[in-house]
Amino acid sequence: MPAIIELRQISKHYGSVIGIEHVELSVEDGEFLTLLGPSGCGKSTLLRMIGGFEEPTTGQVVLSGQDVTDLPPQKRNVNMMFQDYALFPHMTVGQNIAYGLKMRGIGRAEARQKAESALDLVSMPDKVDQMPHQMSGGQRQRVALARAIVREPKVLLLDEPLSALDANLREQMQIELKHIHDKLGITFIMVTHDQTEALVMSDRVIVMDSGRIAQDGSPEDLYERPATPYVANFIGTTNLLPARITARNGADAHVEIGGQSLQVRTDTVPRYDDIQIGIRPEKAYFIGGADEKAGNILSGHVAERIYHGNSLRTTVRLHGEQEFHVDAMLPMGMAQAASPKPGDKVQIAIDPDNILIFERES
Amino acid sequence: MSRSRIARHSGKLILGIPILWIILFMLVPYGVLLTYSFWLKKYPLFVPAFQFGNYWTLLSDPQYIKVLLRTLKISTLVSIASLVLAYPFAYYLVFRLKSPTARLILFMAVIAPLWVSYLLRAYVWKTILGTEGILNSFLMSIGLIDEPSGIFLYNQFAMVLTLTYIFIPFMVMPIYTALEKIPPSFAEASADLGMGSFQTFVKVTLPLSMPGVVAGFTMTFCLSFGDFIAPFLVGGPDGQLVANVMASQFGAALNWPLGSALAVVMLIIVLSIISISDWFEQSGKVEL
Repeated sequence: MPAIIELRQISKHYGSVIGIEHVELSVEDGEFLTLLGPSGCGKSTLLRMIGGFEEPTTGQVVLSGQDVTDLPPQKRNVNMMFQDYALFPHMTVGQNIAYGLKMRGIGRAEARQKAESALDLVSMPDKVDQMPHQMSGGQRQRVALARAIVREPKVLLLDEPLSALDANLREQMQIELKHIHDKLGITFIMVTHDQTEALVMSDRVIVMDSGRIAQDGSPEDLYERPATPYVANFIGTTNLLPARITARNGADAHVEIGGQSLQVRTDTVPRYDDIQIGIRPEKAYFIGGADEKAGNILSGHVAERIYHGNSLRTTVRLHGEQEFHVDAMLPMGMAQAASPKPGDKVQIAIDPDNILIFERES
Repeated sequence: MSRSRIARHSGKLILGIPILWIILFMLVPYGVLLTYSFWLKKYPLFVPAFQFGNYWTLLSDPQYIKVLLRTLKISTLVSIASLVLAYPFAYYLVFRLKSPTARLILFMAVIAPLWVSYLLRAYVWKTILGTEGILNSFLMSIGLIDEPSGIFLYNQFAMVLTLTYIFIPFMVMPIYTALEKIPPSFAEASADLGMGSFQTFVKVTLPLSMPGVVAGFTMTFCLSFGDFIAPFLVGGPDGQLVANVMASQFGAALNWPLGSALAVVMLIIVLSIISISDWFEQSGKVEL
């Protein structure tokens, strides 16, 4: 697939403060790409550079083969859906949507018809003559989306599109945006700080950390094979424990964690013996006393239990004093009562394949 | 009186004093003015009556109509001049100036003259424009004229200039406030949808800043309309405005009933303008 957008060696400096440092990114045509990271990581700046609202200090923005670095927003065939929606309050919904069509020499009747079909696409028919202030937040968001897609851009930029909605509506809109993406077949680039949103909606996620790309991969890559402890911690929850390699045997190794031993598998053998291991809370489980010594085990006692409705999070204090979370689903017939209680001695089993290995950050 | 009774009645006291103040110094004088406007003048006294002769005089004597029209013209010119100067300035402060410190300094530079005596600010123009003034000595020093010229002072131009200088802060403030309320994302969205900066201004920024323009226009217009000092200082013999005529009716002409009728007419004009602008603002109101 051809690249619709290429960011080449993009850097952005504010005086001596570095906003973005040497970002290199290629976006395929039709992809749903998400820039994910905490606030201040540079994700919004990157999006605004694609839109033309900010200029990189160095580097190039290339849109379908053409260098657009110095072009203003109105000369770029991309459209943005703004975080605050930026609907013009003195215009009706129809006028807002048709706003960008006038410059294309599209007549009034055709513009209105296009506006109506854009509203149809976002499931808001019959709202064309309403004013934005008469609408709810969710409806305004749909209008903003209709306005951004009515010009049939090659790329749609979405700046934290769902952050202003309440939780239920947000979940519904995640799916709906994904469907609209499938229907239009154009490239979507979204910025968010919400990891669930990124995982649910995207084909590919770019995790950013202090102006750099920390990892670039599919949602599954990021969750199952995070490249760094930063990514492992940002996406989902990870038990991160300092460990030391005690024996190496090809792809297998033994590590010691606070006096306890675990078997791990490593694809690339770490350079140093001091490492960090990561274990997802839902990939560890409790085993009964009878199976003692059977397999890969960490032991400790239960410090706390948190009830999440469909699951139960148990915090275990390991013998080495580290805390370790274990998540267990609570399917039908399995009550909280059957799970270990605070104070109980427990053993936690972990499959060696489910243990992530990280070089220790210096 | 018990403590709770004092607490209960303190509210009335707190409201009572300002209400009394307003009645005594605003409503009563309006009443007196209105009453006088129907009275008759029988030299050297004023006789109570109820007749519209004073109003008829104002409408039939071309001299009063002329002054009224002149005042409307001057106020309109002052408002237009203020708008033409204030809007680009406020726009620059809000959208173009990056440094908040520089913005504050420039904004304060416009507001600061309000703290200086109004009389002094008007008088300054007399010294600038006069035959002995700075403008004349400057033009003479660069050799453009040979002897001091009297053309700058005592005319309607001097009046418009002085009034514009004095009242322009009342135009800058509401426009600045209106522009500042427009989120930066609006201009970005407009550019994103293909509009250049001029079209964005015409279609988005200007309509959304209209409440500020209307408020500024109303204030500068009404303030100029009732002005007394500038015509007196820089207006010259042909530069009398309504307020000067009114003052002379209460003074030299000693015709309080006619002066009162003139005051009532002025009040009606100003209140109509405020009502129109209020209606305009309400009808064009949008939530930002």
